[in-house]
Amino acid sequence: MEENTKELIQTEEKNLTATQENNIHRNVFLKKIGGGIFASLLLPGVLSNKFTTALAKATTELKELPKLPKQTPNEDVIVRMMRDLQRALKKPLAERKWSMVIDLRKCVGCDSCTISCAAENKLPPGVVYRPVLTEEVGVYPNVSEQFIPRPCMQCNKPPCVDVCPVSATWRREDSIVEIDYDQCIGCRYCITACPYSARTFDAGHDYLDNATDGATSLTGKEKAGKYEVIPIFDYGKEWPRKEGVSPEGNVRKCHFCVHRIEKGLLPECTVSCIGRATFFGDANDHKSLVAELIGKPNVMRLKEEMGTEPNVYYLM
Amino acid sequence: MNQEKKSGLKFVWTLTIVALIIGIFGLFDRMVNGHTNANYGSYVPWGLWVAAYIYLIGLSAGAFIMSALVYVFNVKALEKVGKIALLISLATLIGALLSIWLDLGHMGRVWRMIIHTNFSSVMGWMVWLYSFYFILLAFEFWFAMRVDLINWSGKIGLSGKLSKFLTFGSTDISDESKVNDKKKLKILGGIGIPLAIAFHGSVGAIFGSVGARPYWNSGLTPIIFLVGAFLSGAALLTFAVYFWGPERGSESNKNVILLMGKIILGLLAFDVLLEYSEITIGLWSSVPSETASIKLILFGNYWWVFWFVHVGLGIIIPAILLISGYKSPKKIALAGFLIALTFISVRLNIVIPGLAIPELKGLRDAYTGPGLIFTYFPSLMEWAVFIFTISITGLVFLIGRTYLPVIEVSSKDIEVEK
Repeated sequence: MEENTKELIQTEEKNLTATQENNIHRNVFLKKIGGGIFASLLLPGVLSNKFTTALAKATTELKELPKLPKQTPNEDVIVRMMRDLQRALKKPLAERKWSMVIDLRKCVGCDSCTISCAAENKLPPGVVYRPVLTEEVGVYPNVSEQFIPRPCMQCNKPPCVDVCPVSATWRREDSIVEIDYDQCIGCRYCITACPYSARTFDAGHDYLDNATDGATSLTGKEKAGKYEVIPIFDYGKEWPRKEGVSPEGNVRKCHFCVHRIEKGLLPECTVSCIGRATFFGDANDHKSLVAELIGKPNVMRLKEEMGTEPNVYYLM
Repeated sequence: MNQEKKSGLKFVWTLTIVALIIGIFGLFDRMVNGHTNANYGSYVPWGLWVAAYIYLIGLSAGAFIMSALVYVFNVKALEKVGKIALLISLATLIGALLSIWLDLGHMGRVWRMIIHTNFSSVMGWMVWLYSFYFILLAFEFWFAMRVDLINWSGKIGLSGKLSKFLTFGSTDISDESKVNDKKKLKILGGIGIPLAIAFHGSVGAIFGSVGARPYWNSGLTPIIFLVGAFLSGAALLTFAVYFWGPERGSESNKNVILLMGKIILGLLAFDVLLEYSEITIGLWSSVPSETASIKLILFGNYWWVFWFVHVGLGIIIPAILLISGYKSPKKIALAGFLIALTFISVRLNIVIPGLAIPELKGLRDAYTGPGLIFTYFPSLMEWAVFIFTISITGLVFLIGRTYLPVIEVSSKDIEVEK
C-alpha cells in the first residue's frame, strides 16, 4: 500500500511539472494555433454550449492520464478514486456526474483542505472556496467539536444560476456549476442567492497590498509579489492576476478543481485530506467509490429543504 | 429674484457643490482602488450603494406616480406640479443608476445586461423595465415642457440657450399642437403607471424571490417596496413644491401642499401597517433566520437606525406634523422632508439585515479575510461615493429647476386645458 502511494505521488508530481511547463508555453502556443479548440475557449459565456463541448472534446481526447499502479485488493482510496476518475474521463462529459462525499466522522478540522485549496487556486484575501465550519456540540464533560468542510455544493438545481442577469454562470452537464469570469459583471446577486454562502467576491485584495518594497531578492512587495500574479486555472482557462482584470471584480467559488480533474488528478482538497475524509468521483458510475458511499444509510446533504439537490454528500 | 433667495435655492446650490467636491474624492478612490476600500464583500455583498439605489429609484417611481395624477387622471389641483414631479423623477433615476453602476465589479460590462439579458433573472427584467422607463420619462418630460421651451428660447443667458437647444427644432406653439402634447402626455403617463409599478415591483422582487434569505423571501416584499416608493416620492415632491414649486406662498401652492399632506398621511399609515405585519409575523415565525434578521433591526448594533431615525424621525414626528398641521403647508413640507430623508434607513434595513445573518452555523469563524465578516458599516469611501451620487442627483434637479421652464406655465397653456 505504501509503495502504491509513493508511486502515485511520483506520477502526480510528474504530471504537475508537465502542467507547469505547459502553462509557460501556453501563451506562445495560443498565438501559434490561433483557432480551433483554444480559440473556442475564449468565446464568451453566451456561447456556453459550444464552450463546454469544446472542453469535452479536449478532455476526452486527452490521452496522457497519470499512470496508476497495478490494482491490489486493499489499495489506498486515493488510488481507487484516481482509477474511478480515469474511467469517468473516458465517458462523454454529459454522462459524468462529479460528486463529493465528506465523512464527518473522519474530519479532524485540520483545515488542510482549506489551505491547499487556497494554494492550488492562489486565492486572494477575502476569497475562500472551502472553509471548514466548526460547531461545538454538547455540554462539558460530554462535549465534542463537529467539523463541516463546505465546498461549493454543485447543486443539480442551483439557485445562483437563475438569478444571474447576464447568464455568466451555468450548470455544466457534468454537474459542475461554472462561472465565466469574462462575462460576469460583478453584481453579486448570486452571492445572495446561494443558501450555502459558497460564493465569494474577489474585491481585488492582494496579500502584499500594504507591504513595503524590499531590497533583497526574496522579500518585499516586488519579489514576493510574484506569487500573487501567477495565473490560476479555474475552469480550465489561464487567468493571470492583473489589477482590475478578471477574476478581480468577479464572484468566485469552488469548482471541484475542474482543471485538475480533466488531467486525471483528484481535487486538491481530496488529495490533501490527512484523514482520507473527502471522496471524489463520478456518481453515475456504480463501481465508483463515491457511488458506493452515497448509497450508505448515514448519508445527508446540507439544507435538503431548499430543494437545491447538492452533489456534495456528508457521512454522519 | 427676491423670492428665489428666500426659497434657499442658492443654499442648496452651495450644499450640492460642496457635496460634489467631497464626493469626487470618494469617486477617485473608487476608480483607483476599486472595491478594496469598501466594507461590503463576500458575506455582506451588498451595502450602502445598493440601499441608495433602491432608495433613489423608489423616490423616482413615487414622484412619477404623482405626475401621473396630473397627466393621466387630470387631478386639477396638482396640475402645476406635474413638471417638477417629472424633474425629480428623472434626477433621482439618474442618481439611482449611477449608484448601482458604481457598485458593479466590472463597470465596463454594464451593457451586457441589455445585450446578454438572462430573462430567468428578475434583475434581467428590471434592467429592461427601467431602460424603457428612462426613455419614457425623458419623452414625457420633454412633451410637458415643449411649449415652454419654445417660449424660453428667446431668453438671454444660459436658460435661453439650453431651452433653444432642447426644443430640438420644434417651433409649433399652436393650440392644436398643445392639445396634441396633452394627448401624448396622457398616453405616455398611461403606459408609465404600469411600467413604474412593474419596474419598482421588480426591484422588490429581486429581494423577494431569494429563497436563501428568509427575511427577504416574501410576497409582501415587492408591495412594501412600492408603497415605500410612493410614500417617499410623494414626500420629497411635497417638500420640493413648498420651497421650489410654482407660485411659492400663493393660495394655489398652499392648496397643493394641503392635498399632498393628506396623500402622504394615507400612504404613511398604509406603509406602517405593512411594516407592522412584516415585523410581527417575522418575529412570531418559525423561521429562525428571519426572526434573527428582525431582531437585528430592532435590537442589534444599529437599533437606533430603526427606532430613532425611522420610527422617530420618519414616522412619529411626521405623523404628528401631518395631523396637527393639516392646514399648515410649512408643517406638511417639514414632514415631507423628514420622511423623504429618513427613508434611506428603511432601505438600509432591508438590504443589510437580510445578509448579516450567517447562512450556516460556524461560518462566522471558519475563515477570515476582508469581506468575510457578517457585520457591516459603510467605509469612508462608500460614504463619499454615496455623497457623490446624491450630489449628482441634486445637480440634475438644480440645473433643471434653475435653467429649464419647470415651474412657469404660460397663460395660454392653461386656456387650452379648459
